[in-house]
Amino acid sequence: MTHTFNSFGEIDGVEVAFSEGETILEVAQRHEKEIPTLCYDPRLEPFGGCRLCIVELEGARNPVASCTTKATPGMVVRTATDTIEAYRKTLLEMVVSENREVDVSPLRGYAAGELADLRDKYAINGTHITGAKSGTNKTDENPFILRDYELCISCYRCVRVCAEQEGDHAINVMNRGFHTQITTEFDGLLKDSACTFCGQCIQTCPTGALADKKALRAEDEVADAIPDKTRTICPYCGVGCSVDILTQNEKIVGIHPAMDGPANQGALCVKGQFAYDFVQHSDRLKTPLIRGDDGELHAATWEDALDKAAEGFRKVNAEHGRHSIYGIASGRAPSEAAYLMQKFIRVGFGSNYIDNCSRA
Amino acid sequence: MSNPLVDMQKPEVIFCIGTNMTECHPVAATGLKKAIDRGAKLIVADPRRIGLADLSHLYLPLRVGSDTALLLGMAHVIAREGLIDEEFIENRTTGFDEFFEHISQWTPEWAETITGVPAKDIETAAMWYGGTNKGAIYYTLGITEHICGVENVQSLCNLALMTGNIGREGTGINPMRGQNNIQGAGDSGALPNNYPGFQAVTDPEYQAKFKAEYGRAVDLEKGITKVTALELCGDSIHAMLIDGENTLLSDPDREHCEHALRALEHLVVIDIFLTETAELADIVLPATAWGETDGVCTNTERRVQRMRAAVPPPGEAKPDWWIICQIAQRLGFKGFDFNAPKPIFNELCRVSPIYAGLDWERIDKSEYQWPVPHKEHPGTPRLHEESFVNGRGIFSNVHYRDPAETISEAFPVWLTTGRRLQSYHTRTQTGRAQGIDYLLSEESLEINPADIEKWELTDGEWCKMSSARGSINIKVKATNRSPRGTVFASFSFADVPVNLLTGSGYDPITHTAELKVCPVRLEPL
Repeated sequence: MTHTFNSFGEIDGVEVAFSEGETILEVAQRHEKEIPTLCYDPRLEPFGGCRLCIVELEGARNPVASCTTKATPGMVVRTATDTIEAYRKTLLEMVVSENREVDVSPLRGYAAGELADLRDKYAINGTHITGAKSGTNKTDENPFILRDYELCISCYRCVRVCAEQEGDHAINVMNRGFHTQITTEFDGLLKDSACTFCGQCIQTCPTGALADKKALRAEDEVADAIPDKTRTICPYCGVGCSVDILTQNEKIVGIHPAMDGPANQGALCVKGQFAYDFVQHSDRLKTPLIRGDDGELHAATWEDALDKAAEGFRKVNAEHGRHSIYGIASGRAPSEAAYLMQKFIRVGFGSNYIDNCSRA
Repeated sequence: MSNPLVDMQKPEVIFCIGTNMTECHPVAATGLKKAIDRGAKLIVADPRRIGLADLSHLYLPLRVGSDTALLLGMAHVIAREGLIDEEFIENRTTGFDEFFEHISQWTPEWAETITGVPAKDIETAAMWYGGTNKGAIYYTLGITEHICGVENVQSLCNLALMTGNIGREGTGINPMRGQNNIQGAGDSGALPNNYPGFQAVTDPEYQAKFKAEYGRAVDLEKGITKVTALELCGDSIHAMLIDGENTLLSDPDREHCEHALRALEHLVVIDIFLTETAELADIVLPATAWGETDGVCTNTERRVQRMRAAVPPPGEAKPDWWIICQIAQRLGFKGFDFNAPKPIFNELCRVSPIYAGLDWERIDKSEYQWPVPHKEHPGTPRLHEESFVNGRGIFSNVHYRDPAETISEAFPVWLTTGRRLQSYHTRTQTGRAQGIDYLLSEESLEINPADIEKWELTDGEWCKMSSARGSINIKVKATNRSPRGTVFASFSFADVPVNLLTGSGYDPITHTAELKVCPVRLEPL
């Protein structure tokens, strides 16, 4: 979207420029105002459910939700008055009081720590609010998505990401009030729903109610530490989604979608999200192999294997000529490999006897 | 893709043909779903009632291998109804008059006799696509894996050229690439007809350039394709170096392929697992995998991106580039003294005009889509905006051809092959990722329930499927996604080697196999 910042208003005493259609929250965030949110995901339509993003808008009788209120020329907004902050704290206390726990493993999902962070920011230690807890856990045998609804705060981010971002509409809301429950059609298993296990719900959940079951296998190892992240590109199809690999003790423990990935903008599919652990499979080749006189492949040193590999090409070249040698480059390895494969054939044998796997 | 992925949310009319995008490129499909939510119309042409068809406003269930006929019929209607973009044709294309003459004979009624799609629906599709100036075409292997793959692509180009639906936001001709770096492999020159950066090996300018660069003359004529090379194994091809491809399972006619590789005197395979192909090798060299390797890949929208190592490799596995350099050095080849991927990529950029403005540091944030001809260039998200690379867009007077093999008394059913959401290619990776089996643990043959009855099969039981090349046993699955007379299976599972049956023919120009069409016979076991 091309922004032409040709409208003006005031936030916390400072003049701000914005373009028509922007919400107060978007304008404020652009001006580095820290407005708390729980039901907000910038990729989704604003929802206005959690009310934490309320601000004072001159001329409005009550505080307004900044995520759903459009900025208007001449607006005067105050984002953090004592009254507003007191409202927010009370709202947060109520939310916190409903949940079984707030401090959850960072392995549960990309946004799983949002509620805990806000609780700390607003210095909520325990609460005077007691009473009902929300949600009932759903036993679901699937290996990927934990449905721990005792942590659900009914922000509907999962429902909305599934509908708006994925277009799958696999999950929805059942019942009302304290009995509100995120579930699938006919309250069944995810496998029997329209769910494609893309994992978007676990990555947008701000409390870890929907969580990465596969990553949680490493929960003991990772404890509370936030695992290291390495930005890379998904190893599967040609869309080229950006992902962050989560690592602990030199092991991949999970994948987060990169919200700023140019090709995917936070989206992933079941393969990119969950099919990463082939890398650590015991079938991985760990040493070179040479076919012995017995016809079997045997472990060998690099020196021996490379010498034999080279010797074979030298021999075939000598006996049958340079057009008897062919190279097939990978569509999965990096470009440096493909580049060197073609260079190997062209420099080594002066032929164009090189291809890659794109014809099948 | 001519257009960037973000453009997928922008068309008013989307024409998807031969692309099972919700399963094979699910994240790209989310863009189309958003376009539909905003009011775009979706036309889906596919022999199978795939997931995209459920989202479509118009579904064209064409017979496998009849795409050219469908597209000729659409072109006929667009011309007949005056939906052509005369200004675009005048300023940007060549050969329209002959094309106009050519398509006058290919009526939608004729197309109906070939494709089985009602002429009325062909007309509607043409009216929608021709009636918008924001029409985008998306296709995948359902277009290219035919003996007429080139004609199919040319037919799509004809539609875009006659309507001017190219070179702008929300338009374009957009093939979706299937592997994370299949685009990069071609960009890097791993092709028998092109040096790096798609510089033709037959062009004297590039011949001289690379002779100087590489310090030796390279053949002035094109090399042979992989398909031809496999045919010549044991005759004139005697050694192969294969990097990270499970040729045996992914290529058509497995028996032929295995026979070919066994006929080699010397086969060296670089891979991360002992694949079915590596098992035939004389030397197997263990490579570092994704997550362990620093390098560059290029996606389907020509975006050049960095992949980064996060964990150490197992055992003694080494990066592909290191392995190739070591073999080359032992053979005394010049220009292989690299000690890191960065200078290799930078050399690729130096010799490739499309990458000339890039280097290892500049692509750190994935900002560039090629061509990037110089350092000040911002990259090219959208191709063909002002002009075509070769000047004018050329109309192609294509003709419909039957598939290499057509159904007969002996093989009365069309088999078409493809992929599924949960498994990737030959499952060397997804088959070893925990949990994937919960979603998809075995292959099955998707058959229309009426056909199950007709061939006296039983849903959930095994059947024998035979083609002119062989037989396999496969489990029967009843589904209305398969139309009467056409069945579907993926080639992902080693225990159900569907590519034992395929391999009836190849596109004569690209040598892409006709993996989408294979007449078969079904029998109960």
